[in-house]
Parts: sequence; C-alpha cells; structure tokens
Amino acid sequence: MSKKVMVNPRNAYGEALIELGKKHKNLVVLDADLSKSTKTIMFAKKYPERFFEMGIAEANMITTAAGLASCGKIPFVSTFAVFATGRVYDQIRMDLAYSQANVKIFATHGGISVGKDGVSHQMIEDIALMRVLPNMTVFAPSDATQTGKIVHLMAEKEGPMYARVGRADAPLIYNKKNLNDIKIGKGMTVKDGSDITLIATGTMVEPALEARKTLKKDGISARVIDMHTLKPLDEKLILKCAKETNAIITAEEHSIIGGLGAAVAEIIAEKNIDIKFHRMGIKDIFCESGNPADLLEKYQLNEKHMVKFAKKLV
Amino acid sequence: MKGKNKNDLHELKLMAVKIRKHIIEMLYRAKSGHPGGSLSAVDALVALYFSHMNHNPKNPCDPNRDRFILSKGHAAPALYAVLAECGYFNVKELNKLRTANCMLQGHPVCTYVPGVEASTGSLGHGLSFANGVALAGKLDKKNYKVYTMLGDGETGEGQIWEAAAVVAHYKLDNLTAMIDRNFLQIDGYTEDVLKLESVRDRWGSFGWNVIEIDGHDIKQILDALKEADAYKRKPTVIVLNTTKGKGVSFMENNVDFHGVPPNEMERNLAIKELNLEQKKLEASL
Repeated sequence: MSKKVMVNPRNAYGEALIELGKKHKNLVVLDADLSKSTKTIMFAKKYPERFFEMGIAEANMITTAAGLASCGKIPFVSTFAVFATGRVYDQIRMDLAYSQANVKIFATHGGISVGKDGVSHQMIEDIALMRVLPNMTVFAPSDATQTGKIVHLMAEKEGPMYARVGRADAPLIYNKKNLNDIKIGKGMTVKDGSDITLIATGTMVEPALEARKTLKKDGISARVIDMHTLKPLDEKLILKCAKETNAIITAEEHSIIGGLGAAVAEIIAEKNIDIKFHRMGIKDIFCESGNPADLLEKYQLNEKHMVKFAKKLV
Repeated sequence: MKGKNKNDLHELKLMAVKIRKHIIEMLYRAKSGHPGGSLSAVDALVALYFSHMNHNPKNPCDPNRDRFILSKGHAAPALYAVLAECGYFNVKELNKLRTANCMLQGHPVCTYVPGVEASTGSLGHGLSFANGVALAGKLDKKNYKVYTMLGDGETGEGQIWEAAAVVAHYKLDNLTAMIDRNFLQIDGYTEDVLKLESVRDRWGSFGWNVIEIDGHDIKQILDALKEADAYKRKPTVIVLNTTKGKGVSFMENNVDFHGVPPNEMERNLAIKELNLEQKKLEASL
C-alpha cells in the first residue's frame, strides 16, 4: 500500500489567498488573532496593506467585512469554526446573508478532530447554522487540493459563502487535474459502486474511500460521493444514487441534526424514496477532549465504523 | 446634494418639521413603529442629508459618496422620510411603510431601498459596518466620509465597544459616530436600565475625539460635523443631547412612545402642533 501524502488544508487556503490576492486587487483578508492557525498570515506577509487584524472581536470582524464588501472589496474572513459561526450568528444573518454581502467566511478547526482543546473549540453545529440561512453557500472541502480549488470558486462567485476545514493534516485525495470540472453545488462521484452509496463531506471523504476498499474485499460494492458543497445540495446526484444503489450512508464530522445527513434525509423523505439509510455524525451530544483518533473511534466516525454500518445496511 | 440649501438654516428647520410630519403620518398609517427615537434623530439626519454630506440621489452607488449608516435601525421612518425628500424614491412610498409588498420594511434593508447603506435593526452593528467602509476608504485613498448614528441605549451592545476599539486602533479619522443621547430606552431611563455615564469619558478613553452638542440645534450639528471632518488621526463621536419624541409635546420624554404609534387623536394633535411650528418658522422668515 502506498504511503499517504499528508497536507494541511489550512496551508492550501493560505496559498490560494496569495494566488487570488495577486489576481484580485480588491481581495482583502480579516482575522481575529488567529492568523498563524488559520494561515491568513501567509497573505498578511505578502499583502500587508490588504490584511486587517481585527483582534479578538469576532462580531465586529464580520460586520466590518460587510462594510468592506459594500465598497467593492472581496473580504475573506477567518477564525475557528466555532467563533466564525455560533458566536457571530446575528452578524452573519443580518449583514451577510440578508444583505447578500460578498463576504467569504473561511473557518478552520471544524469538527471534533480539533481534539484536545475540547468542546469550546469543537464546532459540530456550523453546517446546520449556515445551511439554514437564505442566500448562503456552504462548503466542506475534503483535502488540501480541493480546498485550494474551492477558495478560488468562492472568490470568483458573488455572494455570502461559508467554508470549513478541520485542524489536522489530511491525506491528499486529488491532484489538480482531478478537479478541473469541480463546480459549486455539484457532488463528485469519487469511486463508483452498485450496492451502497457513501455520501461523505469534508474530513469523512477519506475514511469513506478506505471503507470502500475494505467492503470490496467482503464483496460489497460501495460508491463514494464527495459532497463538498452542502448548500446548494446536489439533489439530482442524491436521487441518482438512491435509484442505482440499495442503501445510503451519510458521513460528516458534524451533528446528525441539520447537516449533510439531515439534508439528504429531507430529500429522500420528500421524494418518498424507500431506501436503507444511516447518518454517521455526532448524535445530539457534546463531545470531549482527547486525541483526534480516540475521539473519532469513540463517537463512531471512522472507517471501521463505516464498514460496520455499511454491512448492517446491505 | 452638497451646495443645495447650504447653510440655509431656515430651510433646514422647515425640512425638519416636514420630516416629523411624515414620521407621524407613516406610523399612524402603519399602526406600528417607533416614534420617540425617530423624532429625536430628525435634526441630525436633516443636517447630514440636506447640507453636510456629499451624495447624489440620482446615483446612490457613486463610489465617492459620503455614507450614512443608521445603526439605530428602529429610527427607519426618519431615514425613509429624509431619503424620500432627497429624491431617492417617491414620497408616496412612505404611506406603505411596514405593509406587505413594500420596500419600506420595519427596519432598513440595503438590498431594497435606494440610499440605505446597511441592513440594520438588530442593534450594535452600524459602527462595525462604518468601520469597514472607512477602512476601504483609507485603502483606496478616497476622500469620502462615513457617518453613523447610534442610539444611546444601543451602546449597551458589546459589539459597539469592539468596533469603538478597532476604529480608534486604525485611527479612522474619516469616520464620525453620532450618539442620539435622549436618555430613554424601552425599559426606562438609560441610567436606570444600564448606566452609560460618563458617555464622554468612555469614548474618550477608547481613543475618540468627543464633541457634545444640542442635538436639535442644526447650526451646532453642522459646526460639529465640520469639526469632526477636520479632526485628524482620531475618529470623532458627536454626542447629540436630544429629547425623545422631540417636536410633539406629549411624546417628548415619554418612554411610552418608544415603540407605540399614535392613534387617530394623537396623530391629529401631533400634526396640529407641527403645523403651528411650521407657521411660526414661516412667519419668522
């Protein structure tokens, strides 16, 4: 088995900002005292005049970005997912979503794999919070290559958008060529299969690909969908998978309420589709401190558990 | 609008009465809304829009325009009346305030109404929005100015103080905040609800240039705005000492009119008083 190449999606974000900063003179970046962690520091070093340190004052940062956008700027705003959404919900609702401001929130440290910092820093509700807002586009990229691509897509389309990545290094899934056709709102069929569909987002795409290999050995053919865009959700692809395979598992490092699993459930329920279905995610609880791998095992969010759930369904 | 009626105090005072009449009529028709804080804000809005600011109703998106952000969004009727009288939209629209299929929502929405810069109503946002506009102005080396009006009770919001710190940190002398200091908020006297004094010391200690004036004296307002524009390396806050419900005797300093519209009798009385004030002003010409 070839060794996996690990790259941090946060670095891909920093690099994409530098590329975009060169291309778009109106691109500005704001951070709330976490630029070393979110990697906006890379942009800050290259374009100091277009980087605004806002201090530990996230509410002001979000609305300030809306003010900048009203003057034709393309603000990218970064902090940890928990502070980029829940803490500033009213600001996002009024000043970005309702006002249709061209502001891009790029949040890092999403999910429970943040690890040892515990619940105060583990964001498992952000996708739900952002998805419920009209006018918002919501992403959870799965590796560094896709992160870079999605940051470019965010800059080039008008409107308020939210993207979240995890804290940890992530195995590379794609090279740039694989992503030539990536589009907002179009899920990617990474691997085809006929028995069950694993619809994963963000950090759960790679475990889904691993689970597929294990399932194959046991004679189960699994299709893997990388649902990088949570809103607008690729309903057509979900319906296609529901028709062509006998079961669906959704997987996300997020609450099972309001996120990918809930969104897929809404679609299959409304279309009266009779299919075996399971949501992998955090089950309406707060988690705890710990090693990321230990937490993902305890809360049943890894390859091993995906294989188990798949076998149960098929 | 710059140049038109410039320094013509008399015209501005008459306009302020006209705006107050609009507010009463709008709220009476809508049967909801906020008279007290709309009436206290009128004179500063008239000074800004009919004399001080560089703006063009025919080109509301002019990148070089001065901006005004109404942070205390519940004073929307005052802003709407001023924008309509400036020519941003037809004055007849005012009659439809707060009704379905009308662009004039209960609180201002930037995507609906020409001339409205930010969608407010959830308190505490306006200074941050102005911060973004002022940062963009500095970055682009533009000469426009940014003004925002906060309610005094509104400064209880933590976000205001986040913004106050950041605006001062970036030395945004192209930004001027105004505080409608009418000493009343929904639950009563501001100093009983949540002590704000000393307003002057608070803002001064955050690094702001503080000016305190009579917020109903248009001459004082215009002078203060000029002083604020000229002040360098610090943002300015103008504390407008005002009377909630200003211009209608029974609404003045009456907290019951914070968010309750006039009934028919009250509307008739208010219009009568404002007509008298108008006649008095016309006679003094």
